[in-house]
Amino acid sequence: MSDSQDICSAGRDSQWRKELRDAMPAKERTAIPRVEMPHLPADYRITCFEEVNEGLSDEQALLEAKRCLDCPDPQCVSGCPVSIDIPGFIKNIQRGDFAQASAVLRATSALPAVCGRVCPQERQCESKCIYNKMKKPPVAIGYLERFAADRAAATHSDAVSRPASTGIKVAVVGSGPAGLSFAGDMAARGFDVTVFEALHEIGGVLKYGIPEFRLPNSVVDHEIDQLRSMGVEFVKDVVIGKTYSHEDLKAMGFKGIFVASGAGLPRFMGIPGENLIGVMSSNEYLTRVNLMGAGRTDAPTPVIHGKHAAVIGGGNTAMDSARTARRMGAEKVYVVYRRGEAEMPARIEEVAHAKEEGIEFLTLHNPVEYTGDERGHVSMMRLQRMELGAPDESGRRSPVPVEGAITEVAVDMVIVSVGVSPNPLIPEAVTGLDVSRRGTLVVNDVTMRTSLADMYAGGDIVRGGATVILAMGDGRRAASAMAAALLA
Amino acid sequence: MFKILEKEYFSPNVVKLEVEAPAIARSRKPGHFVIVRTGAEGERIPLTIADADPVKGTIMLVVQAVGYSTQRICALEPGDSLTDVVGPLGRATKIEKVGTVVCCGGGVGVAPLLPIIKAMKQAGNRVVAILAARTKELVILEQQVAPWADELIIMTDDGSYGRKGLVTDGLESVINSEHVDLVVTIGPAVMMKFVSLLTLKYDIPTMCSLNTIMVDGTGMCGACRVTVDGKTKFVCVDGPEFDAHKVNFDEMMMRLRSYN
Repeated sequence: MSDSQDICSAGRDSQWRKELRDAMPAKERTAIPRVEMPHLPADYRITCFEEVNEGLSDEQALLEAKRCLDCPDPQCVSGCPVSIDIPGFIKNIQRGDFAQASAVLRATSALPAVCGRVCPQERQCESKCIYNKMKKPPVAIGYLERFAADRAAATHSDAVSRPASTGIKVAVVGSGPAGLSFAGDMAARGFDVTVFEALHEIGGVLKYGIPEFRLPNSVVDHEIDQLRSMGVEFVKDVVIGKTYSHEDLKAMGFKGIFVASGAGLPRFMGIPGENLIGVMSSNEYLTRVNLMGAGRTDAPTPVIHGKHAAVIGGGNTAMDSARTARRMGAEKVYVVYRRGEAEMPARIEEVAHAKEEGIEFLTLHNPVEYTGDERGHVSMMRLQRMELGAPDESGRRSPVPVEGAITEVAVDMVIVSVGVSPNPLIPEAVTGLDVSRRGTLVVNDVTMRTSLADMYAGGDIVRGGATVILAMGDGRRAASAMAAALLA
Repeated sequence: MFKILEKEYFSPNVVKLEVEAPAIARSRKPGHFVIVRTGAEGERIPLTIADADPVKGTIMLVVQAVGYSTQRICALEPGDSLTDVVGPLGRATKIEKVGTVVCCGGGVGVAPLLPIIKAMKQAGNRVVAILAARTKELVILEQQVAPWADELIIMTDDGSYGRKGLVTDGLESVINSEHVDLVVTIGPAVMMKFVSLLTLKYDIPTMCSLNTIMVDGTGMCGACRVTVDGKTKFVCVDGPEFDAHKVNFDEMMMRLRSYN
């Protein structure tokens, strides 16, 4: 890629990096306290959908960048699913070259402004930071990533151009993180990329799922515009497998297809009362509010405004749903999770923000039934108290019911956020695809190639429910393998 | 894209639109539906495809103005465009030769029934079509159905056209006069419920097509879920057609009132 030379010159052995390391003794660096992310006060933010985290100032970022010791064997990089050159971009921030910091990020990540906001850094890069061994909080890698990406976008120093075309057409199914990441990498390699999206907006889960207060649409749109200026074409309102078949795509001249159709079907628990009015999936609730503007604009799409809302589940989507319900006017919002708080898969920051916003956590509780009023509207949930037993195959201690410990809680809205199953459209519509028993597409771990020679896949359609960054990593690997195959 | 080429009023509240959608016109099959949106902030509305012309690249939609969004769609004129039309969605109807098929359509439910009537006839079945409506003005697509039906029965609640009575009255008279192998019913949920109860009594396999509330229409939201044979199914990806005898219509009717 065009940036590769610049990035080499930014290597750890370059003169400027040595000078930066020598300029301040490690002891002084480690004495600097970790930066705190400035954020909107909780009582204000529950009244609107403004982004909660305000981003670091230049001064904060420059100081935080100094904390990074520029380790000879940086473990943070190994904690990143796409192996971003973390010390490389941080040291560029430290020397004040924000554009170069952004270029280092862009060399490995199509969506740095997104990842800086939604990655679970505490479980990835930051968990491997040397500071943890010193019993100190790790370098705020996520905050710095967001800073570099936002700074470059604000100053237009992240402009990209359209590379020379190979004349080879490739198609992408779905415009979520996996699809966008793949599209960016292929466009950079000179392929003519067309992204097909089923919805009327580009961005997939980044638009319909993650709310504005965590990831503003303007940030996602900037990344999409970047891809457009690299020559990527986006086509909305197309369901591959329905509007166009695999054969149609071949006939249209696409030599390779990357399937990133995401996690289609929301899971329900199969308990009595789950189809009462007011019980819905987090996908439905968030789509109505985020994508359709229900209740926030004068858009005609309706949404139920619960006063006492319960969200079932402990992941990021559950936190997003709970915090959205709060902003939509719910006076009481409960998060009901069958394990303990330590076992919650949500990002620590989202849980903390949710608590600040007055959301009540009913951990070690599991719904067993919903009952409704005479109109079929949910009015009560019955919760089974749980306790933690032996660890299950995921290593988390599995919850077991405490016999007889049932409580009833009055609710008028229940948002079920217990995971998703893969979207069945592609597996059903394309013949010859290897599909797992869970409904995910079976791919080669390295190349992401499916059982069909011209079809690759990644993201939730392969993983069944993962994170933005893992989906992006899949897109990268698929791009690299498909490009090699098509150029061979 | 999605330009309206022709518009015809079937009744003051029901319009037929001929919409430019070449890819959908080519790939759609009987039973499929589309999601339609009008305006930048428009709601996503599921509509069944009544017919298609793959050569012209058009699909036929029949829309009844019942709420804000359907009123907006009905107010569009030839030359205007729908903002989004996505599809074809859902599973196609299973068409095979079974013998005698009675197709019962109520109100605008006749629109999605039309392609099924055609296909059933083309597959070699004897087709009896029963078109039902409250009153004469609301009987739609009679001309289009007629060439494909071996027998065409019109039922109106008020007797202003055809025979007076409900669709079930017409159906029961057919059942009493000849052997029926399959009943297909599309219309208001309450109508399908009573058709289903009747055919259950006579033990005749019955297929219905459900029109529930949807948002994305691709399996993502679950707003359209119904209980079929005790299990939760998504109308958008598992349907829209189901074995009517296994559908919990009461729950479906309750869920249709979610936003009333």
